[in-house]
Amino acid sequence: MTATRVAPAVEMVLVSKVFNRGKPNEVLALDDISLSVGQREFITLIGPSGCGKSTLLRLMAGLLDPTVGEVTVNGKTANQARADREYGIAFQTAGLFDWRSVQQNIELPLQLMGWSKRDRRQRAREMLTLVKLEEFGGHYPRELSGGMQQRVAIARALSFQPSILFMDEPFGALDEMTREHMQTELLRIWDETHTTVVFVTHSIPEAVFLSERVVVMSPRPGRLFAELPVDLGARDFDTRESPEFFERVTAVREALRRPDGVE
Amino acid sequence: MRFWERLGRISPPLVVGLGGLLLWELVLRVVQPGGFVLPPPSEILFSAVENREVIWTAVLSTGWIVITGLISGVVIGVLLSVAVSWYRLADEAITPLAVAISAIPIIALAPIFNAWFGLLSPRSNQLVVMLLVFFPVFINTTRGLTDVPLDQIDLMRSYGASRWEITKEVRVPNAMPFFFSALRIAASLAVIAAIVAEYFGGRQDALGPLIIQNAGLARYTDAWAAVLAGSAIGIGLYAIVRALERFAMPWRAAVNQGIEG
Repeated sequence: MTATRVAPAVEMVLVSKVFNRGKPNEVLALDDISLSVGQREFITLIGPSGCGKSTLLRLMAGLLDPTVGEVTVNGKTANQARADREYGIAFQTAGLFDWRSVQQNIELPLQLMGWSKRDRRQRAREMLTLVKLEEFGGHYPRELSGGMQQRVAIARALSFQPSILFMDEPFGALDEMTREHMQTELLRIWDETHTTVVFVTHSIPEAVFLSERVVVMSPRPGRLFAELPVDLGARDFDTRESPEFFERVTAVREALRRPDGVE
Repeated sequence: MRFWERLGRISPPLVVGLGGLLLWELVLRVVQPGGFVLPPPSEILFSAVENREVIWTAVLSTGWIVITGLISGVVIGVLLSVAVSWYRLADEAITPLAVAISAIPIIALAPIFNAWFGLLSPRSNQLVVMLLVFFPVFINTTRGLTDVPLDQIDLMRSYGASRWEITKEVRVPNAMPFFFSALRIAASLAVIAAIVAEYFGGRQDALGPLIIQNAGLARYTDAWAAVLAGSAIGIGLYAIVRALERFAMPWRAAVNQGIEG
């Protein structure tokens, strides 16, 4: 127990990923990635489209196996961590199941883990309160707006209280206003649940606003360009308009534009 | 309120349908009085009422062929698509074979099946219906079982779900709309297939023989009445399928009334 708490949330050592190995359409997606994510940290992976940031997240989640290198999550192999439900995950498409009500969607992981009906219902209610959708448990996903669906997806990912939350461009399909609102909500949830968050995005302001550390990736093959700490303290509405915020945004933008490493 | 809404929804086809029948009636009464190749609808209806006992027996006889053929075709189609979605080997072995079978004009096999099972046996007719129904069900259900967004599969894997759990919780519900649109097609196909197959053999109290005999004796009105009974089976089946669909997929009915927020 203590051992897993001391281990970093995610540890990647010299990881590379090749798709279609040995075939004419072979692609080197990720090259020599070493990265460590601390417990309760909020880290963002940013890079241009096709830089392999989603692949990187799927490697951490044990949904893909690395071609070379090692991935450990809470001190276990990524695959073992997946089997032990060490993390929750949310994608750009909310990925809710149309045929289950909002409440049943949140209950799904708990159901698969063999929770009793009563406990499931109880926890789903708590999660609905956490994402402020108390009245919508009985609705079907497609009756909800995009932002509400994403909140359900987050509630579902956190329903079994995993110590890590992986998010793959979860707000990418939302309009700007909803998006900013969701970012604030996510930070509140992060603060309340003490979860480690690994967040993939291609929005610079989003990365800066959300995270304690921004990891900048190069275009294909994905490599780590830079790691920028973002020491803005607690975020609020004014953060987005502060000079410090713009400084960090500029720093990330320049890191993304760094000429070396670009093919 | 609900009554008027429903009426509003069904009235356009009702008006067009009744208008069409009225026009048909008028044209035959005014333009071609005494015509018998295409009788006016009122006479067809009258014949149907007059011959209700023969027609009812025929509806039961043909209906049995349709239902048994439909059910067996659907069961086989669904079982094979589950196999195909689970095992690559099954996919490679079965799918080309199914496509090949669908390329055969199945109805044309009816006389051959009659030779196998005996001229008056209903087995040949059931087999024709089954083979015809199987294909659309198999193709569509397979598509529904396999066409699942990758994110949803990954999500289930992230919960440590087994293959069976992924099938039960994701693939099967995902396949439902595909299955039901196939079933709607299959239901009307089954009626057509049964009646045409009956032209070649099988039980003699069914709709197919009734149509042939009446047409052969130039009793066209009675032949039309039998055709009308055939459409009634088709419409009845369609209504049952729609009702099953609404029962099996309550989430689809809810979609039309979205909430903003």
